[in-house]
Amino acid sequence: MQTSQKTNILTVRDVCKSFKKDRTQEMLVLKEINFTLNEGEIVALLGKSGSGKSTLLRIIAGLIRPSSGEIVYRGRPVLGPARNISMVFQHFALMPWLTVLQNVELGLEALGVPRDERRTRALKAIDTVGLDGFESALPKELSGGMCQRVGFARAIVVNPDVLLMDEPFSALDVLTADNLRSDLMDLWKDKKTNTNGIIFVTHNIEEAAALADRIIIFNSDPGTIRAELQVELKQPRDDQDQSFRKLVDDIYTLMTTSMTTGAELAGTKYKDIGIGYRLPDIEISELIGLLETVDAEGENGRMDLPELAESTHKDIDELFPLTEVLELMRFGNVSKGDIEINADGRRFVELDILERKKVFAHHLIAYVPLAKHIRRVLDERPGHRADEERFLRELEDHLSEDEAERVLRVAIDWGRYAEIFAYDYNSGSLSLENPS
Amino acid sequence: MIKRNRREIFLVKDDIAAVPNRWDVLALMVVLALVVGLAWTARQMASPYYIGQALTVSLSPSHLPEYAMRTVLRIFIALIFSFLFTFIFGAWAAKSPRAERIIIPLIDILQSVPVLGFLSITVVAFIELFPDSLLGPECASIFVIFTAQAWNMVLSFYQSLRTLPPDMHEAADMFHLTAWQRFWRIEVPFAMPGLLWNTMLSLSASWFFVVFSEAITVANQKITLPGIGSYIALAIAQANLHAVFYAIFAMLVVIILYDQVLFRPLIKWSEQFKLGQTPDDKESESWVTDVLQRTQTLRYFGMAFNVFSDKFINFRLFNRPMKYVTKLPSERATFAVDMLYNSVVAIAVIATVVVLARFIFHEVGMHELLRVLVLGSYTTTRVFILVVLCSLLWVPIGVWVGMRPRATQIVQPIAQILAAFPANLLYPLVVVLIVTYHLNVEIWVTPLMILGSQWYVLFNVIAGAAALPKDLRLASANFGVKGLLWWRRFIIPAIFPYYVTGAITAAGGAWNASIAAEVVSWGHTKLVAHGLGAYITQYTTQGDFPRIALGIGVMCLYVLVFNRVLWRPLYRMAEERFSVS
Repeated sequence: MQTSQKTNILTVRDVCKSFKKDRTQEMLVLKEINFTLNEGEIVALLGKSGSGKSTLLRIIAGLIRPSSGEIVYRGRPVLGPARNISMVFQHFALMPWLTVLQNVELGLEALGVPRDERRTRALKAIDTVGLDGFESALPKELSGGMCQRVGFARAIVVNPDVLLMDEPFSALDVLTADNLRSDLMDLWKDKKTNTNGIIFVTHNIEEAAALADRIIIFNSDPGTIRAELQVELKQPRDDQDQSFRKLVDDIYTLMTTSMTTGAELAGTKYKDIGIGYRLPDIEISELIGLLETVDAEGENGRMDLPELAESTHKDIDELFPLTEVLELMRFGNVSKGDIEINADGRRFVELDILERKKVFAHHLIAYVPLAKHIRRVLDERPGHRADEERFLRELEDHLSEDEAERVLRVAIDWGRYAEIFAYDYNSGSLSLENPS
Repeated sequence: MIKRNRREIFLVKDDIAAVPNRWDVLALMVVLALVVGLAWTARQMASPYYIGQALTVSLSPSHLPEYAMRTVLRIFIALIFSFLFTFIFGAWAAKSPRAERIIIPLIDILQSVPVLGFLSITVVAFIELFPDSLLGPECASIFVIFTAQAWNMVLSFYQSLRTLPPDMHEAADMFHLTAWQRFWRIEVPFAMPGLLWNTMLSLSASWFFVVFSEAITVANQKITLPGIGSYIALAIAQANLHAVFYAIFAMLVVIILYDQVLFRPLIKWSEQFKLGQTPDDKESESWVTDVLQRTQTLRYFGMAFNVFSDKFINFRLFNRPMKYVTKLPSERATFAVDMLYNSVVAIAVIATVVVLARFIFHEVGMHELLRVLVLGSYTTTRVFILVVLCSLLWVPIGVWVGMRPRATQIVQPIAQILAAFPANLLYPLVVVLIVTYHLNVEIWVTPLMILGSQWYVLFNVIAGAAALPKDLRLASANFGVKGLLWWRRFIIPAIFPYYVTGAITAAGGAWNASIAAEVVSWGHTKLVAHGLGAYITQYTTQGDFPRIALGIGVMCLYVLVFNRVLWRPLYRMAEERFSVS
C-alpha cells in the first residue's frame, strides 16, 4: 500500500441502467455514473428515493447487470457477486428459520468452511457485534436493532474486502440507529475487521455527514451524480459542532439547488410540468401541515431546511417530495437550503376547510396538467363519466405501468380532496357527480 | 424473552444430560413399534403373485389393524414420491421460465383429471414391469395414491418459490450459496408451511381414493390388495353393515392418530418458518412435541439429525463452487433459443391434441360428445347447487362458532378431522336409506358429492370469523348494527376471503367425488345417477379407453371453465377488496 497516493479498490465506470417498460420503451434510472472507492475510505451515496442509488449498489455488488459501463474491482470486472464484497441489507434479509448462529454461518457454509472452523468464526463475529448470548435465538425473538447486528455479523464474518450497506439504519428507530452507527464506527476505527472500504446508501443527510469520508450526491430521474463532497472532519464527529452543522447545511444547499436548476435556467421560479410528471406520493394533509409549520415557526414564511427537518421529524426522503409538491402547487419554493412560502401559501393557511378546498382546486387545475386534463375530459363527455383505464393508457405513454398507476392514484386523491371530480373504487370510474 | 419455547423439536443444547428419563421409554416403545410394524408390512408387499390368483380379504375385524397398516404404508410411500416429485418439478418450474410454460399448465390439467383415469391406464404397465410379484399391483396402487397427492403440492411449492422475498435471493447471491445450499437452507424452509397444509389436503384425498386404489379391476380380473380399501369394497359387495362400521371406526382411529402423531408436531415445527413477526399469533399445541422435547434420547437423535443435515446440505459433490462469471450469453442467442423452444412446445401441444382427438373420434361420434357435454352439465349443476346449499348451512354456523373462542377450540379440530375422513365410507349407509325409502336416485345421491369437502367451508369460515379484529366487532355493536345489516355490511365482507378459499376447496372436492358418488352400490344393488362422474366410472370398469379419455377431457374442460369464470374472479375480488389487513 502506498502512503502518499491512495490505492483504488473499486471503480464505477460510465454505468447506465435502464429497465424495460415494455417491448419498445426503456426507462433510464442511472446515467453515466463514475466514481471510485479508495483504500480506507467510507463513501456515502446520498439521494432521494427514485435516484437509483440502491440500484447502483446492487450493480456494484454484482447482483444486477448495468446496461452499459462496468464495475472494476481490484483490476477485474465485476460480472456476478464477487467473493470479497459483502452486503448489509435494509430489511436485514435474515432467514427467519435459522438461529442467529446459523444465519451468521450461512456465508461461511457457502464458502465450504468446515463445520468446526465455521462455528468458531461465527461465534467470534457475533461477539464482535455484541450479540453474545443470543446465538441460539431466532430472528423473531430479536428487536430490529439486534437483527441488523446479526446482519453486520453475517457480512463481516466472511472477511470482506469491501462492505456494501443498503440504507442499513433506515428501518431502525432513531436511538437504536445512533447506537448501531457508533458501534460500527468503533469497529471500523479499531480495524477489528479486514474491511478496506465501505460504500453505503442513505437518504439521511446527517447520517452521511456523520459517517462518510466522501459523499456522493445523486439527482433523480434519471439518477446522475450531482456533486461529490470530500468531508474533512475528524472522527468521532459531534453533530452539534459548528463545522458539522455547516456541513449539513452545505449538503442541503447542494441538494436543493440542484433540484431547481432547470427552472432557474428557464428564468422563472417555478417549472412547468407535463401530463406525465411523476407526482410525488403526498397526502394533502401533509402539505397543509408543512405550510402551517413554516407559517408558524419560520420568519416571514421563510425557514432553514435542516431546521424544518428537525422540527417535523422528517428525513429528506419524506421532506423533499413535500417541498416538491409545495413548488408544484405554487404555494412556495425552495432554494439554497431554505424554504419559503409565498402569499398564496400564507393565505391558504388562514382559510377554513371549505375555503381551502376551493383555493386548492384552483391551483390544482391551473398547475397540475393531469388534473386539468381529467377534469376537461369529464366536462366534455355527455355523461360526465370516464373510466380510469382511459387515463392509465395515456399515462403509460410516459411512465411504466406501475408508475402510471401510482401517479393516477395520487392525482385522483388530490382531485377528490379538491372535489373537482369523484371516483368510484369498485367500477374504477371517474365522474363529476357526488356519490348518492 | 417470552417466546423462548418457540423452537424446533430437534433442539441442540449444550446441557444434554446423559441419563435417559421416563419419557424416553415411552418414545422408544413408539418408535420400535412403528419400525417393526412397517418392516413386516413391507415384506408382505413383495410376495409372489400371478394374475388370476385370488387374494383373500377377510371381513374379520381382527384383520383390520394389519390392513390399516398396509394402507398407511402405501400412502406414505406415495407421499415420499410426491415430495420428490414436488421438489424436482416445483423447483424446476419456478426457476426456468421455459420449464414453467410446460409444467404449470400441465399440472393444472392433471389436477382436474379424476384419479380413476390414471388407474386404468397404468395398472397394466406396472403389472408387466414386475411379473409374478405382488409388487406390480402394489406399485399401481401406490401410483394412484400418488396422483391424488402430488399436483396441489407441486403448485403450492412453486407458488412459494415464486413469492420468495427478493432480498433473500439477494442475500443468497451475495453470500455465494450454491444452488443445493440455497434449496435446503432458504427455499424449502420458506415453502414449508404452505407445503404442509397441502400435504394434509393430499392425504385426505388419498384416504378418499383408498377403495379405488386397492380394489383394482384389470383385464376383467379383480385384484384386491390387502388393505382398508379392499376391506370396504368387500364389505359393500357382501352388504355387510357390521363390517362397514368396523371400517369406519378403524379409519377414524388411523386419521386421529396421524393427525395427532404426525401433523400437529409438524405444523408446530413449521411455524418457525413463517415470515413476519406476529407475536400474538396463537401457537399450535401438540402433546407429541411436548413428549419429544422432554426425552433425552430423542435429543441425541436431534443432534445427530443436525449433524447429518449439515453434512447433507454441505455435501461436496452437490456443492461445486459457483464459477466466477466471465462471459454472459448474448441476448440475441437467448432470444433465438426461446423462439425455437416456444415453437417446439406449440407443435408438440397441437400434435398431442390432434392425436388424442383422432383416437377419441375414431371410436365415438359427435353425438357421443354432445351426450357427454350434457352429462357434464348435470354434474356441474350438482356441484354448483351443493356449494350454495352447504354455504347456506355452514356459513352461519361457522360465524357463530368462530366468534366464540371456546366453541372454536372444540369445533375446529373436529372439523379438520372430518374433512380428512373419507366420506365414501358413509355412502353405503345412504344407499340403504335410498333403497329402503324408495327415494329419487338423481337427487339423493347428490349430497354424497360434498359430504367430505363441505367441512372446508366450515373451518375456513370459523377461521375467518375468529380472525375478525375485535375493534370492528365492538364498533358495529356500538353503532347498533344488527340483523340483516350486520350480515350484509360487516360479517359477509369480513369473512369473504376465507369463505372463498373454503368454497373453492369444497367445489374441487365435489368434482373429484362425483366419480365415486354418482355410482354407488350396496351388495347387488347399484344406484346410478346421470352425470359425468358416472359416465367415467362405468367406462373405466369396462376398460373403454376412448370413452374414458373423452369423459376425462370433458371433465377437465368443465373444471377449468368453472375455475376461470367463477372462482378466479371471486378470489381476486376477495383479495383486493375484502382483505381485512
